[in-house]
Amino acid sequence: MTPVIRIQREDFDLAAEVAALSAGRPDIGAVVSFTGLCRDEGGTLAALELEHYPGMAEAEIGRVAAEAATRWPLLGLSAIHRFGLVRPGEQIVLVVATSAHRRAAFEAADFMMDYLKTRAPFWKREHLADGTTGGWVEAKQEDDDAALRWS
Amino acid sequence: MTQTLADPAPATATRRVRLVYFAWVRERVGLGEEEVALPAGTETVLDLVRWLKTRDEGYAAAFADEKLIRAAIDRVHAKPGTRLAHASEIAFFPPMTGG
Repeated sequence: MTPVIRIQREDFDLAAEVAALSAGRPDIGAVVSFTGLCRDEGGTLAALELEHYPGMAEAEIGRVAAEAATRWPLLGLSAIHRFGLVRPGEQIVLVVATSAHRRAAFEAADFMMDYLKTRAPFWKREHLADGTTGGWVEAKQEDDDAALRWS
Repeated sequence: MTQTLADPAPATATRRVRLVYFAWVRERVGLGEEEVALPAGTETVLDLVRWLKTRDEGYAAAFADEKLIRAAIDRVHAKPGTRLAHASEIAFFPPMTGG
C-alpha cells in the first residue's frame, strides 16, 4: 500500500479520489473520507491564505501516512492539502482511507487529520471581509490534545 | 564530496547552513531564507535560537518565546535540544495550523 500524498494549489474532487483508490479493488469493504472546508466565520472572513514548507509538507504527511499504515490494515490512503488562497465554502484538505472493514478506515482517517493539524508544516492567515489582512491563525490546544489520544 | 572519513572537519570549524523561516517568524525576521556561518559552540537548535535572538530587533521579536517556536532540521521536526550535527537546512516556524 503506497499512500498518495499531494500538496497543491488547485482544488480536488472527492469522487475522483475515492474512485482512484477503490476502482478494481473488490477486496475493499470500507471507504472513509474527511474533507476540511474554509468557514466564513460568521461572514467576517473573505479567505484563508495557506503558507507551507515545500518539500517538508509532503515528507511529513508521508511520515504520518506511513505510521497510519503500520497501525491499521489499510488497503489505500490518500491525503491532499491545498496551499494559497482558499475562500469560504472551498475545500482545504482531504483524507481518504480504505480497508476491508470500517473500523480501521474510520480510525486511520481520524488519526491522519489529528496529526496533519499538529505536524504538517502549514500556516493559515486570515483575509477579512472588510478588506484588511487579519492575523495568523493561532494553534489550538485542543488540536494538540486530540493528537495525544493516539500516543 | 572531497571530504572523507579519514579527514573529518574539526568540530570547531565555522560551518555554513541554510536557514528558512515561515509565517510570522519570516515576517518578523524580515526574510524567507538566508545562509549563515554558525558561531563556534552552536550545537543544538536552542543554541542557534539564542544566537539568532541577538542579531537584531526583528530576530529578537521572532524568537522571543523560545517555548513557542518550532524547528525542523533537514525537513524533519526537531526539539530544542536536538543537535544540529551535519544539518544543511534548518527551519523555524510557529506552531502549525494546517488541516
